[in-house]
Amino acid sequence: MAVTEAQAAGTGQHPEQGLSHPVTSTGLSNEKIAMWAFLGSECLLFGALISTYLLYRGRSVAGPFPHDVYDIPYTSVSSFVLLMSSLTMVLALAAMQRRDQRRMRVWLVTTALLGATFIGGQVYEFTVFYRAGLSLHQNLFGSSFFVLTGFHGAHVTIGILMLLSLFTISAKGRLADNRVETVELIGLYWHFVDVVWIVIFTMVYLIPGVK
Amino acid sequence: MAATIAAFEPPAPPRRLFRRPVHPTGLWGWFTTVDHKRIGLLYTATAFAFFILGGIEALIIRLQLGGPNGHVVSADTYNQIFTMHGTTMIFLVVMPLSAGLANYLVPLMIGARDVAFPRLNALGYWVFVIGGLFLYSSFLFGHAPNGGWFGYAPNTEKAFNPAHNIDYWVFGLQIVGIASLTGAINLIVTIINMRAPGMSLMRMPIFVWMTFIAQFLLLFAIPVITVALFELMFDRLFGANFFNVQAGADPLLWQHLFWIFGHPEVYILILPAMGIVSEVLPVFTRRPLFGYPVMVFSGIAIAFMGWGVWAHHMFATGLGPVAKSAFALSTMFIAVPTGVKIFNWMATMAGGKIRLKAPFLFAAGFVTMFTIGGLSGVTHAIVPADTQQTDTYYIVAHFHYVLFGGSIFGLFAGAHYWWPKWAGRMLSDTLGKLQFWLMFIGFNMTFGPFHILGLQGMPRRIYRYPSGRGWDFWNLISTIGAFIIALSVLVFIINILKSRRGPLVGEDPWDARTLEWTTPNPPPEYNFAEMPIVTSRDELWHRKYIEGPDGRPVRREPERIEPVEPAEPAEPAEPRLEPARLEVGDGNGSSASTNLPPPAEEVAREEHEGESVADAAHEDEHGHIHMPSPSYYPLLVAVGLPIIAYGLMYKTWFVAVIGALITVASVYGWALEPATEPEEPIDMSAPEPEPEPEPEPDQPELEPAGS
Amino acid sequence: MSSTTHDEAFSSPDAAMESPEPGVEEHYPDEWQYIKVALILFAITMAEVGIYYISGAERAIISLMAVMMIAKFTLVALYFMHLRFDSKLFRRLFVTGIILAVAVYLIALSSLHVFQR
Repeated sequence: MAVTEAQAAGTGQHPEQGLSHPVTSTGLSNEKIAMWAFLGSECLLFGALISTYLLYRGRSVAGPFPHDVYDIPYTSVSSFVLLMSSLTMVLALAAMQRRDQRRMRVWLVTTALLGATFIGGQVYEFTVFYRAGLSLHQNLFGSSFFVLTGFHGAHVTIGILMLLSLFTISAKGRLADNRVETVELIGLYWHFVDVVWIVIFTMVYLIPGVK
Repeated sequence: MAATIAAFEPPAPPRRLFRRPVHPTGLWGWFTTVDHKRIGLLYTATAFAFFILGGIEALIIRLQLGGPNGHVVSADTYNQIFTMHGTTMIFLVVMPLSAGLANYLVPLMIGARDVAFPRLNALGYWVFVIGGLFLYSSFLFGHAPNGGWFGYAPNTEKAFNPAHNIDYWVFGLQIVGIASLTGAINLIVTIINMRAPGMSLMRMPIFVWMTFIAQFLLLFAIPVITVALFELMFDRLFGANFFNVQAGADPLLWQHLFWIFGHPEVYILILPAMGIVSEVLPVFTRRPLFGYPVMVFSGIAIAFMGWGVWAHHMFATGLGPVAKSAFALSTMFIAVPTGVKIFNWMATMAGGKIRLKAPFLFAAGFVTMFTIGGLSGVTHAIVPADTQQTDTYYIVAHFHYVLFGGSIFGLFAGAHYWWPKWAGRMLSDTLGKLQFWLMFIGFNMTFGPFHILGLQGMPRRIYRYPSGRGWDFWNLISTIGAFIIALSVLVFIINILKSRRGPLVGEDPWDARTLEWTTPNPPPEYNFAEMPIVTSRDELWHRKYIEGPDGRPVRREPERIEPVEPAEPAEPAEPRLEPARLEVGDGNGSSASTNLPPPAEEVAREEHEGESVADAAHEDEHGHIHMPSPSYYPLLVAVGLPIIAYGLMYKTWFVAVIGALITVASVYGWALEPATEPEEPIDMSAPEPEPEPEPEPDQPELEPAGS
Repeated sequence: MSSTTHDEAFSSPDAAMESPEPGVEEHYPDEWQYIKVALILFAITMAEVGIYYISGAERAIISLMAVMMIAKFTLVALYFMHLRFDSKLFRRLFVTGIILAVAVYLIALSSLHVFQR
């Protein structure tokens, strides 16, 4: 596992602290299994929200409708920003695996900035849509669109908070070099948020506009 | 999310919001505990308190319906009472009772010292109890939920239900859902990853298996209802249109989302009880469970198929012939693995040497009553018949036979069976039998007539009915039955209170088969002084018995069966064999009272001399076992949640912000404190050095939970 | 206690789950592989946006978009989330969630006649 060598390197810690996880039945870490179980569960969460959107597609009785407000080039750029943040996240993990915390922090901040750019873009998009008359209250499209993308945005925001917390802890020198898995777990969450956006971008933005 | 960043270094100087609790004792110890056994007892006791509340609500319902033109409560109050009865019994009683039992027993049964995430476990409990109290706080404001336990939208929309009743339900269930989700993740990881050496999946006790399966159902079902509640919340608070039919919304969306959750939920409620019964029957028939692998796989099959039957709750909604036929077929199919289980229980009992103790009676009652409930369930699979039965008392009869006759009987079987494990003292078997017969008769008097009433056309949820429809007699019988059930619960409470003065029991009062009975009663905080090595299914049984030439079990190595002097060093190689406690098989436990387990310190010191295999991470060279340290943060995280809910409901945003700040700050505090304080080992080779007022942390004088 | 007991435990029916898979980390891809995957993701995204502007052949375009979405999803899950290199257990947990979600929501949506419009 990710930490066994780090453990062997001997950080002079208390044994409990040196181990990232105690001996387990599968040899895998508890935290990682828990994270994957949680992500499996999140699939049904986002699945329900996306299904609601699909169910109500084309059923709004009043405008604005998707083709009135969508700006595909704009959303493509912000989707691309989020996609690239996944790349910087794995680069942060690779740096951590080489115990290069300085470089890891650079990539962490880059990831958080890309995430923040995405969120900023979403806030701007919401504002534009709202000015065009779309609101939670306006029609089915507004309700299902804002709740789905807002829910996703909340997930991204939580991810940014975790990245910045990790950055701060590392910058203060409180992150031991063997905590590779902490970076990996936050990365898993981050990539999951990214794959959800891959689905949303296609199902919510692109497919409804196909002529 | 907290678990993700839970593994940081401790801050070099411990700069923290609060001083960490240091193995506190007394009341405060219960607030900060992360011990799975204490949390299990808290779950069980709290859920039992909610059981009393839900039972009182049931009695009010039955008083109102005892005769025609009832006038005990108004229509409005009646709606609130039956909604809270259903919500309580499902979300605050049966689910947490199963969670409590799983919390207490799963680590002991798989040979672990605790669950995988002790603080997450504490969080689950506190969120559950605070969510439950939040739901019940609605009574204080006179706005208890009133939309039925499935809260059908659009009926629960603001337009039709403008007061705060449904808001309490929406937020309460979302809060309780967090508890279920964290609990599910925790137990799944525990069962996958914390098993003792040799405890392969197919050697796990069947209760662990059924819990494992039920937790997967929870893991995947909770998010579905979360979304449904979330959408309803947006409709009610912010004027969204998810269930607003005038805006073009589909009223069936709620029903689909609710029942995609709701049908797995049914199996979440019954599978743990099935597991309990599968543990109890072998012990009291002195036979191994018939067809263990089939029991496991039928459990998995039930869980799997449970995802494909939800629309049978919606046959009356105009799904169309294709969907109806498909769901009718899948519903009939799911009866097959369930039937397999019933036949396996019967085959376990057939030819066994049955000991008619209270746990066995409850387990046998489960099998019979659940069979009746299952059969009436199959009748719902037939679409034309179901159209007739929908929303009548026939449905009420069906689900009370599976939830009360099934789950509650199973849980009482477990309570009687594991009581000595929890309390170290036996419950009276006479009172237990009295309770069983009262409950069995009262239950059938209450819910049996519902079949007839339903087929006569008495609808659900009516608060009053006129005379002369032929409903009067059976309703009266049912009301009398409800009070007999109440009496039986009273007998159980008396039994608990009396047992506090009963004799102490030894390790294995039932001549049981599974690993949890190899620990003292109640177990020490660290459960196993030395990690057990498992070589077979029914591990404890095989340590006690070998197969004789005629195929009958013969007690192994009879020369070992002599009292072990408490101060004597135990044989290090086979520490589990402590045979002195094995001969107490009569269930009274009285003769075992002389063979008390040695004090925990002694056990630990002796056993440390032996080899230790899997617990290297837990023990250092001084013989300490590092147990997770107590923590304030789970409680604090949970406290913030209802504050957020009140703030949102009453649109006082600053209150919601305060609640959110409490929760977020506590999550950070949690993430930054290590799970186990390095300087805080439980020192077992010396008396507790802390200047605490009650320095006796290793001899848990646990109060019986039900009090 | 003897090593046989221990081995026996780990060669039990659930061997797939029990295998400790030591040294998995070494097989994680290096930075160049990550960058290559990111380039492919970039190319697919460009293609998605490109075909969005083609008019006609609605069904074909929608199916193509679905395929590209699944490809992107899979690439991120396999490489960035390391499912290709990690224990099977993680893959099973995640895939169970995905399959359940797709199955139940597809059934629910088709019973609501979403795909007949």
